[in-house]
Amino acid sequence: MSAIPLTPEPGLPGAVPPSAAAPGARAERREGQRVRRWYNQPALMIGIGITAIFLAAAIAGPLISPYDPNAQNLNATLLGPSAHHLLGTDQLGRDVFTRLLYGTRLDLRIAFIAVLFPFTLGITLGSLAGYFGGWVDTVVMRVVDVVVAFPFYVLLIALVFVLGPGERSIYIAITLVGWVSYARIIRGEILVAKRQDYILAAQSGGLGSARIMRRHLLPNVITQAIIYSMSDIVQDIVAIVTLGYFGLGVPPPTADLGSMINDGQNFLSTHWQLTTFPGLVVVLVGLGLSLIGDGLADILRPGQA
Amino acid sequence: MIAAGAGGAAPGAGMAQGGTVLELRDLHVRIVSRQGTVRAVDGVSFDVAAGEALGLVGESGSGKSMTLRAVLGVLPPEARVTSGEILLDGVNLVTRPQSELNRIRGRKMSMIFQEPMSALNPVMRVGWQIAEGPQVQLGFSRARAAERALELMRRVGIPDPERRFRAYPHEFSGGMRQRVMIAIALSCDPEIILCDEPTTALDVTIQDQILRLLARLCRESGVSLVFVTHDLPVVAQICQRVAVMYGAQLVESGAVADVLLNPWHPYTRGLVRSAPDFDYVRESLVPIPGAPPSLINPPPGCRFHPRCEFAEEDCRVSETPLRLLPGGRATACLHYERCMDAAAADRAARA
Repeated sequence: MSAIPLTPEPGLPGAVPPSAAAPGARAERREGQRVRRWYNQPALMIGIGITAIFLAAAIAGPLISPYDPNAQNLNATLLGPSAHHLLGTDQLGRDVFTRLLYGTRLDLRIAFIAVLFPFTLGITLGSLAGYFGGWVDTVVMRVVDVVVAFPFYVLLIALVFVLGPGERSIYIAITLVGWVSYARIIRGEILVAKRQDYILAAQSGGLGSARIMRRHLLPNVITQAIIYSMSDIVQDIVAIVTLGYFGLGVPPPTADLGSMINDGQNFLSTHWQLTTFPGLVVVLVGLGLSLIGDGLADILRPGQA
Repeated sequence: MIAAGAGGAAPGAGMAQGGTVLELRDLHVRIVSRQGTVRAVDGVSFDVAAGEALGLVGESGSGKSMTLRAVLGVLPPEARVTSGEILLDGVNLVTRPQSELNRIRGRKMSMIFQEPMSALNPVMRVGWQIAEGPQVQLGFSRARAAERALELMRRVGIPDPERRFRAYPHEFSGGMRQRVMIAIALSCDPEIILCDEPTTALDVTIQDQILRLLARLCRESGVSLVFVTHDLPVVAQICQRVAVMYGAQLVESGAVADVLLNPWHPYTRGLVRSAPDFDYVRESLVPIPGAPPSLINPPPGCRFHPRCEFAEEDCRVSETPLRLLPGGRATACLHYERCMDAAAADRAARA
């Protein structure tokens, strides 16, 4: 060893950051951005704000309104907005604001519960198809193809029509129609993830397929399904309202946004508030959840610079 | 001991203490691809004794990693063991069902990967990744497995293990991640650890630390190593014996000092002459001319002959099985005496 070179040769440890350190540094930087960014995203914050308002109203509905949503008063039908009835009353003298609260409460509850079943089923079948491949994959994906061949709402309405109106039918129909999207997403993600070294390492450690899927694959791929579930909830809410509108939802007199829109339709020229406000609730809740979904996608999707 | 030729048994004279842990008998792995069938491993046989470290060297695509994956039974879906035996403690792994392999993997053998970042689950706390083996394979309770993980983290030299237990892999440096990998590999007290270039992704100072750690842990626990690498100085540092692979076949084997200082196969000589900072070569780096052989249509005869400066007519036609020679060495070269002379000349030129 004589002279120490002043400019290190490329390839020497001093010249470039060691390759082993680079991925870690990148991960840490992204981590840092994640922490800085999540509350600095206006879209996400607005989405959370809107959704929180409607969730709070739905949960606290019975506390906010002194009225019974189904109590009729035929002496006070189709009243305009006033201090007693913020949004007036409908053709049976029921307080529209109260029914709006209870309708939102019911529809949001059904939507949030309904999204869990296709989420679970789709992720399970998608994981199996992606991990095992072969005939499992073929069978699952052919069924997916069949379901996807039908438009979402058409198939959903047909299923509920066959099963009969009511909450249970809605859950079954949404599950049967909705799982395919989750299955497709998760299958695709697993096809990529199962080629990663850490899965090879888990297999080399003698772990069973079930454990590898549950402990090593799913936590790495479930993000995409969670992001999608936000827009799926929106789709489910619209579906529930649509079913209510067609009289295939929860039977009357229970307050439901869809049936409220349908009922108010007859008085649209004179009492616009009967249809407009339930419609606005659907639009705003949908907007809020979509903004959350987009925000989550920006934060959680890996590789975003 | 390295066995000579296809399916031949290795006659005694083992240099390491204890019996044979891992034994490969004429192993063939084929990969079916659109371009044709790739002979990824073509008749490889070797033994690893208890407590012994065997280096498996060769250039990229020579079949080293495929051999390891075949031993573990985690070949990619397109690849298959077409013939041969892999004996671990006398049990042929090739014919065992997956459920039984799952009990052997992890418990009796484990693997350390080249890229510690990608070989660790990014969303699982490292402590639980280390504890997983004992939990699943040894039936430890959560608390006992966590205790075991902490003890292992201490053994592989991770500072402040109680705090680091709950960290994620991205919070570790490259060297620390590889220590975690080693802890995972040791977690069920295996008999043999397969290492797939465990130090290639690390910078040189860390590389040395990791090698010393591995050597120490193996000495302490008597675990055997198969150490795949293309880095000859690393082999010299950690292994007692070395086997050289070229074109999916073994071409030479023997004690590390013998083979590296006095290669009996032109390919080994080429490897040694192209390795930097190994005493033997000093400044005179000499690359091996040409490119590695196609494993779909390998050249007839000796696979190295198109690149070999000593090649004769018979090298182009006759098969070149590994031949056992005195001193526990073996070579596939038909004219290894000429290689010996050339190596002696190299040494003379250096001195």
